[in-house]
Amino acid sequence: MPTLMDSAVYDKPLVIAGRELRSRLMVGTGKYKSNDEMVAALDASGAEVVTVAVRRVDLDRANEEGMLHHLDPDQYLLLPNTAGCFTAEDAMRYARLGRAAGFTDWIKLEVLGDKDTLLPDTEATLRAARELVAEGFTVLAYTNDDLITALRLEDAGCAAVMPLASPIGSGLGLMNPFSIRTIKSRLEVPVIVDAGVGTASDAAITMEQGVDGILMNTALAAADDPVRMARAMGLATEAGRLAYLAGRMPRREQAVPSSPHAGMLD
Amino acid sequence: MNSQIEVSVNGDVRHFPREISVEQLLEQLSLNPALIVVERNGTILRRPHYTEITIENGDALELVHFVGGG
Repeated sequence: MPTLMDSAVYDKPLVIAGRELRSRLMVGTGKYKSNDEMVAALDASGAEVVTVAVRRVDLDRANEEGMLHHLDPDQYLLLPNTAGCFTAEDAMRYARLGRAAGFTDWIKLEVLGDKDTLLPDTEATLRAARELVAEGFTVLAYTNDDLITALRLEDAGCAAVMPLASPIGSGLGLMNPFSIRTIKSRLEVPVIVDAGVGTASDAAITMEQGVDGILMNTALAAADDPVRMARAMGLATEAGRLAYLAGRMPRREQAVPSSPHAGMLD
Repeated sequence: MNSQIEVSVNGDVRHFPREISVEQLLEQLSLNPALIVVERNGTILRRPHYTEITIENGDALELVHFVGGG
């Protein structure tokens, strides 16, 4: 990944809970057509943090291969999530199982409040976050693009706050850049935008808001060519980040010539 | 005395011989203990103890692992 190497010249690495990460892009492992395709896409994305879910083993297919058959824990930080949980209690149970199954006390906390929109239950998320932090977890909390909840999650001790770009799996892109910028401007912990991006320009626009990172799953898995899209997302995440750091030119509603007037022929 | 015990495993009722350890139960189900987490009656069992812990009649077990997810 020469691009990622080069980027070290232009940007500092993202650090969460004292761990330096090699990419600002984090990716999920769900919904790929095959495990081989997933592994190739993860590799192409350049991501280090890779989310996984905790589910029952299928006893009728006892030799069914879990994620650990495919992903090397030395190469990736396998981040268990509490996806699909609708109560704080369920999320805490899944978090504990995820910690026991894996290699880290990091947890992507997600408590949903509505089956249709999959929007977060922020009250339950906060409650679970406080308890999990007290139990020693490093909590990365999925939430709405709401400043007050983001501040409360930070106060609760979350290591990162993860507001959504738009609903999970929607591919609608960044719906409220203003809210995301506001959250970023007020929090000290990293802000990772989680969920909703659809294509590379969405990732770039999101990173241009100044956030610290971005997490996505469906945008890769549901692309016609997930491996190519993974590469595109890696580049777009980096491009958006560097554009943010570079500082864009002001918008003008009038044209301004790029070439000088001086020296034009009579 | 019945030589079998009845255990709920991931919501299914299954029968196992008495005095079966967690390790033996996983082996019987062709599961690799290193990749599985066992929750018994709501409490997560620690992997180093799988050989010593005996499953009791009426236990509810959840056997979980990592799958693809966002």
